[in-house]
Amino acid sequence: MPQVIVDGQEIEIGAHERLNCIEAARRAGKEIPHYCWHPGLSVVASCRMCLIETGQRDAATGRIAMVPKLVPGCQTPVKDGTVIVTESALVKESRARVEEALLIDHPIDCPICDKAGECLLQDYHFEHGQPQRRADLQPFHSRRRDVGPTVTLFVDRCIMCTRCVRFTREVSGTGELMVTSRGAKEEIDSFPGFPLDNKLAGHVVDLCPVGALGDRDFLYQQRVWFLKHEANVCGGCATGCSIITEHNQDTVYRLKPRENPHVNKWWMCDEGRYGWHHLHDPARLLSAERRTAPDRSGAAWQTIDWPEVVDRLRSDLAAAGGLAVAVSPMLTVEEAWMLCAVARSIDPAAFLAVGHVPRQGSDETFPGGFTIRAEKCPNRHGVEAVLALFDPAVPGWDDLLAHVRGGRARSAWVTAGYPAPWPAPWIDADTAAAFAGLSCLVVQDLFPSALSDQATWRLPAVGFAERAGTWVNAGHRAQCFEQAIRPPAGVWPEGRLLWNMLGRRGLYDPVAVRRQIAGAAASLAALDGDVPATGIDLRILQLASNGTPSPA
Amino acid sequence: MKPTDPAIVWLEEKPLGLAERLYLPLFVQGLTTTARHLVSPKVTVSFPEERPRVGNPLIYRGVHRLNKDAQGRVQCVACFLCATACPAHCIDIVAAESPWPDREKYPESFQIDELRCIFCGMCEEACPVDAIELTSLLDLTGRSREEMIFDKEKLLSVYDMTKDAEPMSSAGLSGGSAHAHAGPQVSGSQGGAP
Repeated sequence: MPQVIVDGQEIEIGAHERLNCIEAARRAGKEIPHYCWHPGLSVVASCRMCLIETGQRDAATGRIAMVPKLVPGCQTPVKDGTVIVTESALVKESRARVEEALLIDHPIDCPICDKAGECLLQDYHFEHGQPQRRADLQPFHSRRRDVGPTVTLFVDRCIMCTRCVRFTREVSGTGELMVTSRGAKEEIDSFPGFPLDNKLAGHVVDLCPVGALGDRDFLYQQRVWFLKHEANVCGGCATGCSIITEHNQDTVYRLKPRENPHVNKWWMCDEGRYGWHHLHDPARLLSAERRTAPDRSGAAWQTIDWPEVVDRLRSDLAAAGGLAVAVSPMLTVEEAWMLCAVARSIDPAAFLAVGHVPRQGSDETFPGGFTIRAEKCPNRHGVEAVLALFDPAVPGWDDLLAHVRGGRARSAWVTAGYPAPWPAPWIDADTAAAFAGLSCLVVQDLFPSALSDQATWRLPAVGFAERAGTWVNAGHRAQCFEQAIRPPAGVWPEGRLLWNMLGRRGLYDPVAVRRQIAGAAASLAALDGDVPATGIDLRILQLASNGTPSPA
Repeated sequence: MKPTDPAIVWLEEKPLGLAERLYLPLFVQGLTTTARHLVSPKVTVSFPEERPRVGNPLIYRGVHRLNKDAQGRVQCVACFLCATACPAHCIDIVAAESPWPDREKYPESFQIDELRCIFCGMCEEACPVDAIELTSLLDLTGRSREEMIFDKEKLLSVYDMTKDAEPMSSAGLSGGSAHAHAGPQVSGSQGGAP
């Protein structure tokens, strides 16, 4: 195995790994500061912050020959015997000079800069900069112009790392951004007539190591040090990007992609990035309600306390009989499994089907390899895997509609939870009319719809950041996540309601349910034990076993 | 901090000398202090009929004010550093893009819960533009809790009320009058609750 010596510490790297000095040093626990290098973009070595000393150890004699000049770590690949020195006096002096040069005309308006607190310029200056400013310039204001509908550019805060330019050229493939002028007058700008308006545009703000690019959706909403972070999964489409939900006091402020080499690498799309606003929409259903008129004619609703819902929902559905259940692909694996178990405990012959799977357009793949799926729900594969345990046919939403229209159901429980800002409502009045003849209809949704107008029971659902559980994306990768924020007051997440309807004690524990499912089903056995933050491929354990154990 | 921490200096109590053991000298010393205060001028004032004398109003920590710049706009840039520094979490700011071309950010709303405030002065210390300052107004009364949550208008009006007696400690960043360290020529507050 090739050996690399980082500050005297010998580390081994893989025989076929292609690492640069920054990555190799990171393995040894040494952080080489850098602005322009990003693992997902091409190397330009323009910021000069990662300058280090390197050398080569002679394999035969063990003598080390150093390169006389400093070299950029991002551009220097390591091989067997490479020597990296990251903390010599020469390197430290170089970093201080680079910091000084960058800060000569960088406006010191950190108090009003949105990046303050997560700014590499601040962090590196604190760590590597010099305490005193030698220049007598005291720039404070920055010119500002919008480069696109979602992104604004603070021109003078820019340090010209060109990460944003390379991103639009290499990952989104749209190339709206460019560098104008030369030398000290260099500026980032969009080409005239081509504003930064692509489906990944919001990502340039994450890439910007300083406060030059600002997200207009987040601008001045919250200082970053107030935000709490929760590793989460985006529910916007079947890609299921790993994300970080940044929130404070049960309010989401922004979403950021989380590095996951198996799913989204470093990226996420704007639809997902700004797709959290429905969580705080005042139009959401916020209480469990039951229609007072038994024939569902009137519009009068009675709010029922949740502990009472647990009993009355079961007795209402049991009294009606002939249960059909739509298991929404927005539910987690755990919730879907519990819903099926509850339905079968009410009616042993309950018809279980995958809920409505929303689709929009076609899959869109960008030059960087990132794909936005047409299937706008995060867990169809997971729900199908769960349903297969109960009914190997795995009927879909259309089968359920046919079942209901055919008069074979007398009651139905439709779970939905689709975010509202859809091109059209997820269900239209004609489709909803199929459910009009049922003696009991339970609708669990985020927002009122044509279907909830028909309902006997109207239950609130929760959004992606308010759930905990497991989602299985289009590539069969299961990702487990925790609840980031609490749902609005008075709303029980689906998991909690189902947990109580199963008669289980204590708080809803998705991990216990996940372990139980994994123990019961070969197709989901990979979910047993701890699932890594980057998820696990469900097919990893699928050998020849095809057993369908009965649910507990 | 653990008892083994090297930063801790452990001191031994000194053994009692002859004077301490005799008791009488200390007794006389204590009585002398009592007697001295009997004849010295009174420092107690019968508040609120009589106003207490504030030594240096510029360093007194009373009711907050929000300073205005030369154009009469709120000086605050909504950086949240006061809210971050505040140990009592009594400052609530909503920031927005400013309507003025020369400024980027300003507080759309700025509220201080004066009942929660512990008047430590950390907000004044933290402010990078000297927008929030503590005045020498010390009698703070209200009939309800809501009344004691001071909003931006009220805090600005405290500035109008106190700006002549207590000039701003710096001219701020956006111009204005010259550096004003007027010294303690003002005594007492302006009377009445702000």
